[in-house]
Amino acid sequence: MSTIAQKILAKHAGLEEAIPGEIVKADIDFAFMPALTAALAFHAMYDMDIKKVFDPKKVTILLDHIAPATNITNATLHKECREIAKEQNLETFYDINSGVCHQIIPENGHVYPGMLMVGADSHTCTHGAFGAFTTGIGSTDMGAAIGTGKLWFKVPETIKIQAEGSLSRRVMSKDVILNAAKQLGADGATYCALEFRGSTISEMSIGARMTLCNMAIEVGGKAGICMPDQKTFKFLEGRVKNEYTPVYSDKDAVYKKTVEIDGMHLEPQVACPHAVDNVKPVTDVAGTKINQVFIGSCTNGRLEDLQVAADILEGEKISKDVRVITTPASPEVYKAANKAGIITALMDAGAVLCNPSCSVCFGGNHGILAPGEVSLSTSNRNFRGRQGSTEAFVYLSSPATAAASALYGVITDPREV
Amino acid sequence: MKGKAWKYGDDINTDFILPGIYLELTDPKEIGKHAMEGIDPSFVGKVQPGDVIIGGRNFGLGSSREQAPIALKYSGVSAVIAESFARIFYRNAANLGLPALECPNVSKEIKTGDTVEVDIEAGKIIVNGEKELEFVPVPPFMMEILEAGGLREYIKQNRAKW
Repeated sequence: MSTIAQKILAKHAGLEEAIPGEIVKADIDFAFMPALTAALAFHAMYDMDIKKVFDPKKVTILLDHIAPATNITNATLHKECREIAKEQNLETFYDINSGVCHQIIPENGHVYPGMLMVGADSHTCTHGAFGAFTTGIGSTDMGAAIGTGKLWFKVPETIKIQAEGSLSRRVMSKDVILNAAKQLGADGATYCALEFRGSTISEMSIGARMTLCNMAIEVGGKAGICMPDQKTFKFLEGRVKNEYTPVYSDKDAVYKKTVEIDGMHLEPQVACPHAVDNVKPVTDVAGTKINQVFIGSCTNGRLEDLQVAADILEGEKISKDVRVITTPASPEVYKAANKAGIITALMDAGAVLCNPSCSVCFGGNHGILAPGEVSLSTSNRNFRGRQGSTEAFVYLSSPATAAASALYGVITDPREV
Repeated sequence: MKGKAWKYGDDINTDFILPGIYLELTDPKEIGKHAMEGIDPSFVGKVQPGDVIIGGRNFGLGSSREQAPIALKYSGVSAVIAESFARIFYRNAANLGLPALECPNVSKEIKTGDTVEVDIEAGKIIVNGEKELEFVPVPPFMMEILEAGGLREYIKQNRAKW
């Protein structure tokens, strides 16, 4: 009677069963760090009197948040990360030409069903889309994980998000997770795992499921997980080199609670400033003036996200009062979008195309907002000051809503364009 | 530990505690110079060693950046007391040896400027030398980490049983 989260933790802790609330020490299958947290993690490991990582095949560093370097301080940090990767003989290292960590990790076969993975980035929960238990940790925990191959975990209770019915035209998985955030609240799943179930989820692509799991942290979740299926196995084919055994929740698994979502009647959703759970149907905020649109990030920077934007913007021009920044999540996404004519369609409409990176999302790279400006972003956080000035305003939406809004310079219902 | 209280509200996120532009810093002392800058740029000018941050619900939500509790610790803050914490911040703080204590209604019981004394072992907070509040007991395993002075020291001392 265990959930997938309990089963994965039990297996990695060498236990028959893992009971919610108990603390287990578990073996880590893979650990990754973006530059901004990697150096601190290695400093922590060295301070623990550990000189080498537990397994250079199971640890990686990615330079994604700021890429390429924008000043001497972050250039020096990048340099330190490159030196650490060499010194530690890490099998993989992803430099500034690689893209967003949460896109690179699955594309390069580091994620597989049933695994336990930690990342020194809060959106590590993204990879639960592959039926894995993956969670974000801080740098000292990461120092322990990469130094010893183990970490302690409090076994979480699980909240089930049950979504049924086919989504309407131009309603996306982002709308599903924003609706769940509204229902749960920003701390509604603290120390819990989220499990996404139902026909709406089964019908979703892998990319759409990644969007769901990505935002589990925005309701306090420790992990967000989808059950693996044929789509999962197909995506991983040719990428994952090791054998793996998928794990599924038992039919009689116990859940803390269930949140229901009516997929068929769901409207596009928008998270309003300055909280991710301040969610309204798009019709309530339509007409709000915007200055910048960002299409990208680990939440919505995948091929299908760029495709829906291009479907809306092709042959059109964005509003003169708006700038659109588009950042494909990885070179693989960028090249596929280019081949499909998506990049040309977006550029012809007036969008700026940036190199794969975390880009505008976290306010430390480019696309910074000035005081009083309003952004509509497909990323995952709209905290005050997140994308620049503390006097700016960030709304969050799906790529469809973002693209439709770019046409008119005001928040626009994508079903109407 | 004893110091002055600085009270903030609910949902104090990691971008408030340490804005993203400072994540490229790796020297804890430099990081400490920007504590709370996203919500109170005057904080580092007024905080004194030993002072305590008081929060409402869901303190530390958002990013996994350990630079957030590092900033607090190196600005002089000796403890964070809140009604509830986000998971990653809670772990990160304990791992640095910075106590993050859960205390129901603390944001109603303590105001900015109060003198706050924290007795971790007794599980008590004494406000202005008179009023006593109890905090939710720290789980035994976390207590061991705090007593060691953080996870670095804990692992050094307990490498064999880790």
